[in-house]
Amino acid sequence: MSEEQIKNLEDQFEARIARDEKIEPKDWMPEKYRKTHIRQMSQHAHSEIVGMLPEGNWITRAPSLRRKVALLAKVQDEAGHGLYLYSACETLGVSRDELYEQLHSGKAKYSSIFNYPTITWADMGAIGWLVDGAAIINQVPLCNTSYGPYARAMVRVCKEESFHQRQGYEIMIKLANGTPEQKEMAQDALNRWWWPSLMMLGPTDDVSVHTEQSMKWKLKRKSNDDLRQQFIDQTVPQAELIGLTIPDPDLKWNEEKGIYDFGEIDWDEFWQVVKGHGPCNKERMKARVSAWEEGEWVRNAAMAHAENKKERIEKQAV
Amino acid sequence: MTDKKNWPLWEIFVRSKNGLEHRHCGSLHATDAEMALENARDVYTRRNEGVSIWVVESYHITASNPEHNGELFEPAQDKVYRHPTFYELPDEVKHM
Amino acid sequence: MKNENLYKYILGIADNSLILGQRLGELCGHGPNLETDIACTNISLDLFGQVRSYFQYAGKVAGDNRTEDDIAMLRKEREYKNVLLVEQPNTNFAYTIGRQFLFDVYHLAFLTELQKSSDLTLSAIAKKCIKEVRYHERFSSDWVKRLGDGTPESKQKMQEAMDTLWTYTDELFHQTQADKVMVSDGVGVDVTKLKDQYYKAVTELLEDAKLKTPESKYFQKGGKDGIHTEHLGYLLSDLQFMQRTYPNMEW
Repeated sequence: MSEEQIKNLEDQFEARIARDEKIEPKDWMPEKYRKTHIRQMSQHAHSEIVGMLPEGNWITRAPSLRRKVALLAKVQDEAGHGLYLYSACETLGVSRDELYEQLHSGKAKYSSIFNYPTITWADMGAIGWLVDGAAIINQVPLCNTSYGPYARAMVRVCKEESFHQRQGYEIMIKLANGTPEQKEMAQDALNRWWWPSLMMLGPTDDVSVHTEQSMKWKLKRKSNDDLRQQFIDQTVPQAELIGLTIPDPDLKWNEEKGIYDFGEIDWDEFWQVVKGHGPCNKERMKARVSAWEEGEWVRNAAMAHAENKKERIEKQAV
Repeated sequence: MTDKKNWPLWEIFVRSKNGLEHRHCGSLHATDAEMALENARDVYTRRNEGVSIWVVESYHITASNPEHNGELFEPAQDKVYRHPTFYELPDEVKHM
Repeated sequence: MKNENLYKYILGIADNSLILGQRLGELCGHGPNLETDIACTNISLDLFGQVRSYFQYAGKVAGDNRTEDDIAMLRKEREYKNVLLVEQPNTNFAYTIGRQFLFDVYHLAFLTELQKSSDLTLSAIAKKCIKEVRYHERFSSDWVKRLGDGTPESKQKMQEAMDTLWTYTDELFHQTQADKVMVSDGVGVDVTKLKDQYYKAVTELLEDAKLKTPESKYFQKGGKDGIHTEHLGYLLSDLQFMQRTYPNMEW
């Protein structure tokens, strides 16, 4: 194809997206669209399955049977969400195994927030409330993104995710209304998870690299800073309602703008964790890699068994 | 293991209740049809979403090529006489 | 307690599901792939659901305001009455599957009989649970076949797991004092009568899976009397951690 022809196709392609048409797997697409989608969807998928670890950490220690089944079901959903998203990636011709390879070799990124440790039960509440809360803000607009399989996966994810944040907030309510020790546990968790949750919505707009193109492709509907503001404005009253204090001395309602002003985010910490030097980066990766490696003989056995069975049936037929 | 083989991909169709058609709801990996059914049950019907499941190995699906959409689908666009609204009836005639 | 035997009997049943559910819960996020991970978690969730039904009933039988969580998480090591089989660790996936299979075959036979219990609550719970357990049995049987008749490596691992776990099977058919009283009251299941069909079913499946049925006649017992393997203590320290560290709080 000549450059002019490609340019022509690209223009038509952009026009389709601008008209809110969906792009489906076999449609022509610019290579950059394909690559960007594989990157974003797989990062999202990786975040889901790495995200299983900090919460999975508390399944065996959940304080009641009711909390235990809720947490189990939630972490299981994350496996499901990872699966839906990897499937969406596979429609673009990249296998799940390849994507795992990228994750395990450190080539692919996942959400940095999962590199923080979950040290008390209240962290289960804080993750559900804050981390899932921030995730939902990010994800709901994606239900309408331009790539069909991604949009459909996100519809499913968002539908299932609706209980996750409530589950977390309910844990916080219970702690905040509990004994002084419990309330302290809740406040401590909020103190530790607040800033990482704000960072989770991405670098500030002036340094964010992908935003403009992503906006066009509806991979992103709002800027990081707008999402962050939305998250803060909706979360602060929820904290007040249960008598917890947001750990930001500069947080103040701005009457004029109708939003909360907030303090400086420690971006050095953010980049440090992104670059692999957070408190749990190594543990998380080790857990993923060892589950995958220890599972290899199991996966091979199941495949070999299916082939044995097929062979036997074919022999019988002869 | 030298002969490492990935589990094939399957497309999953779920009937949400009797009377409705099976609808494509996603895909997953499994070694054979039985396992695909079991995995589909665990992955796609955890919230009571189904009463029946179909699984098809993705490899067996033949899809039309969007490049041929012009010749495949556009010729149907102007066959308006296939639709009831094409035919004019006096206002007095109801229920037809 | 007026119904002490019934209370003990319910706990004997429920503790198996509790401890096995806890073991499977450890795997969540660490399975051999996503599909299998999700499937194992489903089984764990089924088991915890069963546990809650049993313990809620046990709490009523005890009649002293103890909750499902008090019963699940505030007993001493010797007061847990699960069989030794279910507390065995997830040494590798063959052990997880072997343990599940050896328990599921029993569990299915047991619930089939428990449906006929003269105790209407127990029979209702059994009727609900049996559907779940039928699926568990199908899942674990399929996996024993996959691993037994898979690669040479998987066959060896599955055989080793089966040989190791075999020693805990006989205990499934032991009767406690409470069992005997409940059987004679028409409430309980006479597990001694399930033994032949159990070994027959297990042997058939192992043959199908191209595995040898272990021949060892040496069996371990004690779980039903609260004398456990060393593994249980660690499991309980996780299970009980919150309730012990922060007593008398609601979560």
